[in-house]
Amino acid sequence: MHKYGDVIVPIGPQHPALKEPESFLITLRGEKITASSVRLGYNHRGIEKACEERTYTQGVYLIERVCGICSHSHSTAFVQAVEEIAGVEIPARAKYIRTLIAELERIHSHLLWLGVAGHEIGFDTLLMYTWRDREVVMDLLAKLTGNRVNYGINTIGGVRRDVSVKQKEEVLKAIDTLEKQTKYYIDLATKETTLLKRLQGVGVLSHEDAISLGAVGPTGRASGIARDTRKDDPYAAYGELDFKVISVDNCDVYGRTLVRLGELIESFSLVRQVIAKIPDGPITVRVPRKIPAGEVLSRYEAPRGEDVHYVRSNGTEKPDRVKVRAPTLANVQSVSKMLEDRYLADMPIVIAAIDPCFSCTDRLIALRDTQTKKSNTVIWETIRLKGIEWYKQQGVDFTALNKKLSKKLHL
Amino acid sequence: MLKALFQILIFPGVLFLFVFGLCGEFIDRKLCARFQNRIGPPWFQPLADFIKLVSKEEIIPEEADIKVFKLMPVLALTASSVSILYIPTLAERSAFSFNGDVIVVLYLLTLPTFTYFLGGWYSRGVYSMIGAVRSLTQLFAYEVPLFLVILASALLADTWSLSGMVAFYSRHLGYWFCNIIGFGVALICFLGKLEKVPFDIPEAETEIVAGSFTEYNGRLLALIRTSFNIEMIVGASLLAAVFLPFGLNLWPALIFPFYLLQVLFIIVIITFLRLLFARLRLDQMISFCWRFLAPLAFLQVILNLIFKAVLPR
Repeated sequence: MHKYGDVIVPIGPQHPALKEPESFLITLRGEKITASSVRLGYNHRGIEKACEERTYTQGVYLIERVCGICSHSHSTAFVQAVEEIAGVEIPARAKYIRTLIAELERIHSHLLWLGVAGHEIGFDTLLMYTWRDREVVMDLLAKLTGNRVNYGINTIGGVRRDVSVKQKEEVLKAIDTLEKQTKYYIDLATKETTLLKRLQGVGVLSHEDAISLGAVGPTGRASGIARDTRKDDPYAAYGELDFKVISVDNCDVYGRTLVRLGELIESFSLVRQVIAKIPDGPITVRVPRKIPAGEVLSRYEAPRGEDVHYVRSNGTEKPDRVKVRAPTLANVQSVSKMLEDRYLADMPIVIAAIDPCFSCTDRLIALRDTQTKKSNTVIWETIRLKGIEWYKQQGVDFTALNKKLSKKLHL
Repeated sequence: MLKALFQILIFPGVLFLFVFGLCGEFIDRKLCARFQNRIGPPWFQPLADFIKLVSKEEIIPEEADIKVFKLMPVLALTASSVSILYIPTLAERSAFSFNGDVIVVLYLLTLPTFTYFLGGWYSRGVYSMIGAVRSLTQLFAYEVPLFLVILASALLADTWSLSGMVAFYSRHLGYWFCNIIGFGVALICFLGKLEKVPFDIPEAETEIVAGSFTEYNGRLLALIRTSFNIEMIVGASLLAAVFLPFGLNLWPALIFPFYLLQVLFIIVIITFLRLLFARLRLDQMISFCWRFLAPLAFLQVILNLIFKAVLPR
């Protein structure tokens, strides 16, 4: 494959197109991409393991910090799993409030995506406009939950804050403004020539490829996979609400834009329905600290696609195992396919079109010997000593300094 | 001798261009910010940026060719500021006018792009090299229509000197309207020359970081930015002289303020244009230039040949 004249361009781990560290190695011949490879693992935080050390309630707040954009998605998926193991049915009002926050989160995520997409193709005016409008929904979320990003509204057995009548009015007013603006963006996205030129026919992922690579969320729905967990496996209040699953057959970045814009309109209608139908009653039920043994797989339609959480309990107050599969992990494999035979200029928008969230996706990679099937375990101290040794070889030696320092500390 | 030195160093030479360039940059940035619902920088921001860059430590990549790397920004600055000497600013006659100075100005305005190419190529970074190749590829796309429309305007005026063209269009006030297609084409080509959206392909931030200038920093980057500002002013002056009714037969004292207004007008149009579009891909940009701009430029040449035969002189 690799010929003389090919250039390997490192996109990441640090690159202006990427908002998080991740590595894409792109082989270029002229302006054409001939090969690409994705490497995860620059942003691993060990949240799954950390959950095992904490109680379920602490775990909710930790899980919420998996992602800064879809924090409510992760925490809802987690508490749903825990509630199911505990056999708790949460009050209807709590379900509606969860749905309300979920839809507002979807609105803010999709508006954010539209801005990022604009920035990736050099259309900064679009970025500034969408992010200004996104402030409306961010303020709304701050008013409802107290926080702009990690809302902290979920708890095991319900939600922590109620929605007042005045807040309901504010929500409706904000939704009207947003709907007007979104219609303008739909108009813009379907008519503006340079935008169409950069989006249409770019990053094609055929229906078959989308199925075989397991694309989820708007990426999958833009390739004609009309799957939406909210419809297929209703959770929270979605079973009682009326909405359409937006899917198109464009299979390209333009299709993904259309799906997200269409979903925004659906979200506005969902928020209105929630406000109209929200029942009165309590917002939490008591859940015992110790969760009975059991295991549950919880599904949730995050703005970026299906988010799956697996929780196994062993009868104590701490989970035995928590597993998070963020939507980006399902979508990131398709990036290589989408980049095939494209230009370098399409790379940023193609990567951005799956709405990647790398820190949610990142996981540890263990290398195993295929013959002996043994994994090579390295303990922390070994790595530390190896690092010190390596720096010594480079001529950086802190031994004397360390001795001095430890002497001082002992005195 | 002293007068020539004054003209080169102070007015309309380096100092005037530097200050006007900073004003131009400020207007561009502020307008851009206001259109995008932002507050934008205070008036001294471009100068502050310049001072900050100049006072910074200089880092040169190990693999770069140091001589070329250091020389190119200086050359870019020199080439773009020298060309103002042939463009009328204070009066209808420029400082060093002669028949054929249009070609010299066009040549001098092409030089900076070549220096960006060489500077980027000899930085030896992957992004710089891609950016360098892109800026050269782009050059061949916009340069031809730009030259053609300026040629068209010169044809109608029947002179190869910018001062002569200005004098001609001042005498025949309505005639500048004949070049309206050419003015549009030249504005679009000018966006390519200044590497602004939708033609900022050579320094597309999200693809190749900063293109040719990725490895540049400190003083050298300040020089490059200044040469871009000066290029903007010189280019706008050139367009004003060639396509706009420059002198208007006004009092000589009013010519200079009117010149400033025209340059600012062109800067404002360019700011508008760069806000309205997404960045094109290189192949789309080239096909756009050859399929639309070049034929339009040819049309302008043919029209002007007809006008020249028909219109009274």
